[in-house]
Amino acid sequence: MEKNSPQSHQGHKEISKHETQNEYPIVIVGIGNTYRSDDAVGLCVAQHLKRQAFDCVNVIEESGDGAALMESWKNANTVILIDAVHSGAQPGTIHRFDVHTQTIPTNFFHYSTHAFGVAEAIELARALKQLPKNLIVHGIEGKCFEAGIGLSLEVEKSAQEVVKRVQQDIRNCSPWKCTEYHEIK
Amino acid sequence: MKSRTINVDYLARVEGEGALYVKIKDNTVVDIKFKIFEPPRFFEAFLRGRNYTEAPDITARICGICPIAYQMSSVHAMEDAFGVKIDGQLRALRRLIYCGEWIESHILHVYMLHAPDFLGYPDAIQMAKDHPDIVQRGLQLKKAGNDLVALLGGREIHPINVRVGGFYKVPTRQELAPLAERLKWARDAALETVRWTATLHFPDFEQDYEFVALRHPEEYPFNEGRLVSNKGLDISVHDYDNYFIEEHVQHSNALHSVHKGRGSYFVGPLARYNLNFDKLSPLAQETARSVGLSHVCRNPFQSIIIRSVEVLYACDEALRIIEQYEKPDKPALEIQPHTAVGYGCTEAPRGILYHRYRIDDKGMILDAKIVPPTSQNQKTIENDLWQFIPQHVKLSNDQLTLQCEQAIRNYDPCISCATHFLKLKIERE
Repeated sequence: MEKNSPQSHQGHKEISKHETQNEYPIVIVGIGNTYRSDDAVGLCVAQHLKRQAFDCVNVIEESGDGAALMESWKNANTVILIDAVHSGAQPGTIHRFDVHTQTIPTNFFHYSTHAFGVAEAIELARALKQLPKNLIVHGIEGKCFEAGIGLSLEVEKSAQEVVKRVQQDIRNCSPWKCTEYHEIK
Repeated sequence: MKSRTINVDYLARVEGEGALYVKIKDNTVVDIKFKIFEPPRFFEAFLRGRNYTEAPDITARICGICPIAYQMSSVHAMEDAFGVKIDGQLRALRRLIYCGEWIESHILHVYMLHAPDFLGYPDAIQMAKDHPDIVQRGLQLKKAGNDLVALLGGREIHPINVRVGGFYKVPTRQELAPLAERLKWARDAALETVRWTATLHFPDFEQDYEFVALRHPEEYPFNEGRLVSNKGLDISVHDYDNYFIEEHVQHSNALHSVHKGRGSYFVGPLARYNLNFDKLSPLAQETARSVGLSHVCRNPFQSIIIRSVEVLYACDEALRIIEQYEKPDKPALEIQPHTAVGYGCTEAPRGILYHRYRIDDKGMILDAKIVPPTSQNQKTIENDLWQFIPQHVKLSNDQLTLQCEQAIRNYDPCISCATHFLKLKIERE
């Protein structure tokens, strides 16, 4: 591709072979919308994890389009999703689901802007027998989903905790020796 | 007096959130409210004071389903303001990225959201258990659209490679070549989709709609053309505000757009098809005719076939563009901002998307107006329900609810665009 992008135009990158073909055994997907307050928490967690270089882990950000989600985890062995949820629990509550043993209530992702969103993608993949071997969902109870930028304090705090829990999930995937990581300066 | 109400607080399989309230007394419909909540114009306010170059990326965040439409309307409005005309291969690349968005958006609706209504399933998940091959075909077709948007847009979700004046980067012929292979498969799959959707059962339902769409002298419309209707409208995009106004409706916080002096109008695939059938590719025209469609289709339930025809056209058009593509010398034209007002209107998957910006001499946005297609269709959706429900009033509440939802989904309403992402407040009676 011919380059003409100004330095200020952050975030543009070449699509790597790994990203298009999902050759990583572990895929972490942060889901959300930056402009919808606490709905951004999945993206914040993903961005934090991106700053840490794990071998054999691919961290991506998604808006919650179910079909794109199914594509993002294709061929991956272990998938970890992080998204904001709205179940009526205390803001900041962290929910954890192992998709192979639990069904996710569809109303958890009620505030998704997609009619075919996270819960539907998981259940459709289950119906089509396309679930990855391991699929873990971390849901963080949001407080505010109004248009705006920035997380609530409770949600921000939980985001830090979820980063640690995802790191632990990765360490637990010892068959791929993904235990080593370091902060990217 | 026997009275019943149907209150669907949360409409499933509609992008975003909306609600429907129907009141029936003695088998007569006495009230219908199709509710969309709160247009706080957050994005319009957010754009004020921003540089004109930021509009494409900011407005792309309004909708996760049709970010390209928002980018295209904003860049065309800015270029209109500064007197810049994009042509040649850059113009073709913009049509190409729009093809990708039509494919992914239409396929999502046809396969995942609308088809279950016609086949009697509560959702695509249940449908997939009985028809896995059909659902797989839908997912693969959607991927063909996603891949096109990802390559040209830089990434699938909220693409960031589109800029005022062109693109940040442009592909080589070699980079587009693998897409052509996938699009050839997609074109065949789209053809199958048209044939499959045409076999569904459609209620006999037509109204005297005013269809409004862009029309271009040489091509099926994406980015350019005059705004025309089947009732004699033929105006420049610059005159949009003189002909269409947004009215506040008490029961719905989203604004209803109306054609001044006439009322509701209909935008989207059906409108485009009816006003531009002659501009579809020969393959798309021939396929439409082969499944029994004429050059005019007034039944909104058949929009599922028309969307499929548009997917076929988008695959065909994308292949044509890729075949004729030569990498342009520059990825973008230089822009000199100055005080101006710019207008842009492009064909989002769901219909015309209008943007207007007022810019100062430093290129700062003074104000912005954005009218999404769902706001424009909202009054037509409500009118349809006023006609449709009395014909089915004897059905049980559950059955009638399903039929109403299907009638609303004919428009693939993207309520998140119309509401600018505000939270749903459920009203129970």
